[in-house]
Amino acid sequence: MLKELGSREVNLTLTKKILDLNWGLVLLICLTASVGFLMLYSAANGDINPWASRQMIRFAAGMFILFVVALTDIRIWLRLAYPFYAIALLMLGSVEVMGVIGMGARRWVELGPIQVQPSEVMKITLIMALARYFHGLDMNEVRRIPWLIPPLILIAMPAGLVLRQPDLGTTLLLVAGAGIVFFAAGVRLWKFALVIGAAIPAGFFAYQFLHDYQKKRILIFLNPESDPLGSGYHIMQSKIALGSGGIFGKGFVQGTQSHLNYLPEMRTDFIFSMLAEEFGMVGGLALFTLYFMLIAYGFAIAIRSRNQFGRLLAIGLTGVFFLYFFINIAMVMGLVPVVGVPLPLISYGGTSMLTLLISFGLIISVYIHRDVYISPRKY
Amino acid sequence: MSNTRDKEKSRLFNRRALLLGSGQAALMSVLAGRLYYLQVMQSDEYTMMADENRMNIRLLAPLRGRILDRTGQEIASNRQNFRVVLVREQTENVEKTLDRLSDLVEVSEDDRLKVLKETRRKRGFVPIPVMENLTWEEFSRINVHSPELPGIHLEVGEKRHYPYNHLFSHTVGYVGAVSERDLRNLEPDPLLELPGFRIGKSGIEKFYDMKLRGTAGTSRVEANAYGRVIRELSRQEGEPGEDLELTIDVRLQDYAVERMGEESAAAVVLDIHSGDILSMVSVPSFNPNSFTTGISVKEWEGLRSNPKNPLSNKAITGQYPPGSTFKMVVALAALEAGVISPDYKVFCGGHTMLGKHKFHCWKRGGHGKLNLAESIAQSCDVYFYDIARKVGIDKIAEMANHFGLGEKLDLDLYGEKRGLIPTTSWKQAVRGERWQVGDTFNAGIGQGYVLTTPLQLAVMTARLANGGKKVLPRLVRHQAPIQNDGEKAVAVQEAEEIGLSKSALQHVLRGMFEVVNDKKGTAFGARIDEDGREMAGKSGTAQVRRISKKERLTGVLKAEERPWEERDHALFVAYAPYDNPKYAVSVIVEHGGSASKVAAPMARDLLMEAMKLDPIAQTRENDAEKDSSAVRGRDA
Repeated sequence: MLKELGSREVNLTLTKKILDLNWGLVLLICLTASVGFLMLYSAANGDINPWASRQMIRFAAGMFILFVVALTDIRIWLRLAYPFYAIALLMLGSVEVMGVIGMGARRWVELGPIQVQPSEVMKITLIMALARYFHGLDMNEVRRIPWLIPPLILIAMPAGLVLRQPDLGTTLLLVAGAGIVFFAAGVRLWKFALVIGAAIPAGFFAYQFLHDYQKKRILIFLNPESDPLGSGYHIMQSKIALGSGGIFGKGFVQGTQSHLNYLPEMRTDFIFSMLAEEFGMVGGLALFTLYFMLIAYGFAIAIRSRNQFGRLLAIGLTGVFFLYFFINIAMVMGLVPVVGVPLPLISYGGTSMLTLLISFGLIISVYIHRDVYISPRKY
Repeated sequence: MSNTRDKEKSRLFNRRALLLGSGQAALMSVLAGRLYYLQVMQSDEYTMMADENRMNIRLLAPLRGRILDRTGQEIASNRQNFRVVLVREQTENVEKTLDRLSDLVEVSEDDRLKVLKETRRKRGFVPIPVMENLTWEEFSRINVHSPELPGIHLEVGEKRHYPYNHLFSHTVGYVGAVSERDLRNLEPDPLLELPGFRIGKSGIEKFYDMKLRGTAGTSRVEANAYGRVIRELSRQEGEPGEDLELTIDVRLQDYAVERMGEESAAAVVLDIHSGDILSMVSVPSFNPNSFTTGISVKEWEGLRSNPKNPLSNKAITGQYPPGSTFKMVVALAALEAGVISPDYKVFCGGHTMLGKHKFHCWKRGGHGKLNLAESIAQSCDVYFYDIARKVGIDKIAEMANHFGLGEKLDLDLYGEKRGLIPTTSWKQAVRGERWQVGDTFNAGIGQGYVLTTPLQLAVMTARLANGGKKVLPRLVRHQAPIQNDGEKAVAVQEAEEIGLSKSALQHVLRGMFEVVNDKKGTAFGARIDEDGREMAGKSGTAQVRRISKKERLTGVLKAEERPWEERDHALFVAYAPYDNPKYAVSVIVEHGGSASKVAAPMARDLLMEAMKLDPIAQTRENDAEKDSSAVRGRDA
């Protein structure tokens, strides 16, 4: 039996790892990011500067990190899951103390020359920590409530801190991403029903503690006409951009909504509206396809992994990726409130690009080390 | 063991992953469906909204119609206004740019601070006015140096210009920015909302504002969310305002203003047949150009505090007792009522008694026995006390009204005053007192309650001179561009007849002739000696301050010895030529003292000038029967 376990615990050579790298996924990532470059080029009225060029440099740097992460042994990531989580939590806490105020909320900390958004880092480390936790539980334990308390604390601490920043969008992403890990780990469905059932009155309670602008956003979402020139204006203009794009769009760099500055935040949160305006439904669905394939890759990798850590990590990170995508698109289409979630791999921004590429690095690492057996109790 | 456990875990995971995957796929199809809904089903609606978003209609201010005099000279025109504007986002350092600009042209400290304040308030691409009314030299100097002046732009706009400065300020008025009150009172016109748009604020500019204003053009532009214009999509030019031709003759106006010099005075010259106002003067005046560009507080205060009242148009708003110039009306009232005949004589011993009250004649020693014409010529007060009492105030008032006194003459100007011709019922209603015979005495010599404006006096004179036709004064000659039909262009609506008996009028006019042409006449010194151009007129003195009995006893001070503001107003009304009357004039010199020495020569000179300036009109008059083409020639 021991022998059997040992035989699975292979140490792969670097060459073998590189050859085994999931090149299809890498190509998809590059393609999706390229759509982003194209849109940033358009946003600058057909100029690579200032946004597309910078985004490309970030992407190149991010890809390098992706490879490093991917080639690192999955067991190292397992071992580092809790320490990373602790560091990210500390950083989040420090935002409270010395965070930089941006967009009316404190979200960044200065780490030497770069500004880091700890809430972004937390999205990865929380999934890692939860994957590791559930990796160490057997099926009976997963089904017992006391065993679920530690991971709930793991969620509650960062979620509370991020909510205080205040960043409703990221909070939701953290909680929902964690929920996916819970679900995939085998937590009974009725428990989810219970939590959701409890969340609704809690939500009403929590509503009172929201900042005015957050309350306003929710109210405006429920009744956009109440604020045609404020937050409702953003949604309205985004819908106009989308709707006026039609089936084939207005053409590259031809979007009137975006180029005449009617579209707010068109480089970041509302970049999809610009895409859909210029490339129409055809372009929008093409992008959906890219995302679909990226997510499908994530699922495939998760299913193929022979260790629970890898499975949960891959499905959790893919889930967060999906949530990014879904919330952003639903937001610009006016299906959910404006919460400030970027379109993954496409929106302009350094931290989110880096975290996403690190996530994919981890997913690829799961793929490379898919056959590595990791004892639940070993680490 | 762990292997089976792991298998169990893996199976469960796969089931859950499948569930998750289907869930996510389902959510993605919701998004795709929404995409279809927005981009296909609702596409038309949103396309329309997108167009509305980017299309902006901009107004194009029409060119304001010009105001011309009767000879076609521009009294109000539009002038290119060379402006400097600054676009903040195009310069790195506003201060530095302004420094460089002030090396080329003088930029006042005030302007500089104003620009800096504006740059902080307005969006970066909004042009901020730096300087206006640059000379061509300044404009080209900046133009040459424009590469060193980032963010500085030169613009050419239109600005109202009054080339004659103060000559027509009261009549023509001026334009100014639209005020809150204007917005409430005027008919809604999108132009009024246009920043920098100017409307007529007084005079003709105000009265004919709608005609002069024209209609707005529109320019459809593509604009971004901040309102910055990207490009013009289409353009529809508006209608420029109509030109307006006034009856005024620039040359006569210029002469009149010059002639009246430093006095505080008003004069109106009329064509007695058409009612054309050839000149309407109120001095001192102001420069309407400074109102158009924005008047300084100092200048405004100077105008306001000036005792000679440069801001008011004395010709139509100044109400003065007409004094002896009123005597023609009294005489005609008495003659028409049949209470006297032209040969009726009165002895003047220097005063007359009414009960215990003594009513003086201006001539202390008295005039002796006078008939009507003589009493007009010598302006005997006692004669008019007598006939006024005979005819009564109500008859006098009726006659005065026939001559345009005490009523508005519907001139194309705002603010015209109606003056006051008292009646018994007026006194009862307004004063709550009964009319006294003493009041009639005072009214008989144009004092007491009687008030008239210089315009009314000119109209009165014109109606006397034209044989009793109720001509109305007019300022605008042709409201439509003159067509080739010369006859029509000069045709004046036949004025209504007052219905005076020829002989009665003849006696009064004879009296007026003698005022200036008889040695005993009050204004003999102001006569016109040229044959065929003789003038007839009447002097008048409007008492500003009653002379007290004590002063009378101690010997009345000479006008020159009293303070300016206590001196009497000097009036003179006249027409010429006597044989073939054409022009009527009224002159009032506030606190001018002697009517015959101050006002009469002015009236004479104005009439002389009017006759000199209009030789063609005389030709027309002479040739009217012979050749109608001469008429056409004049007006074409």
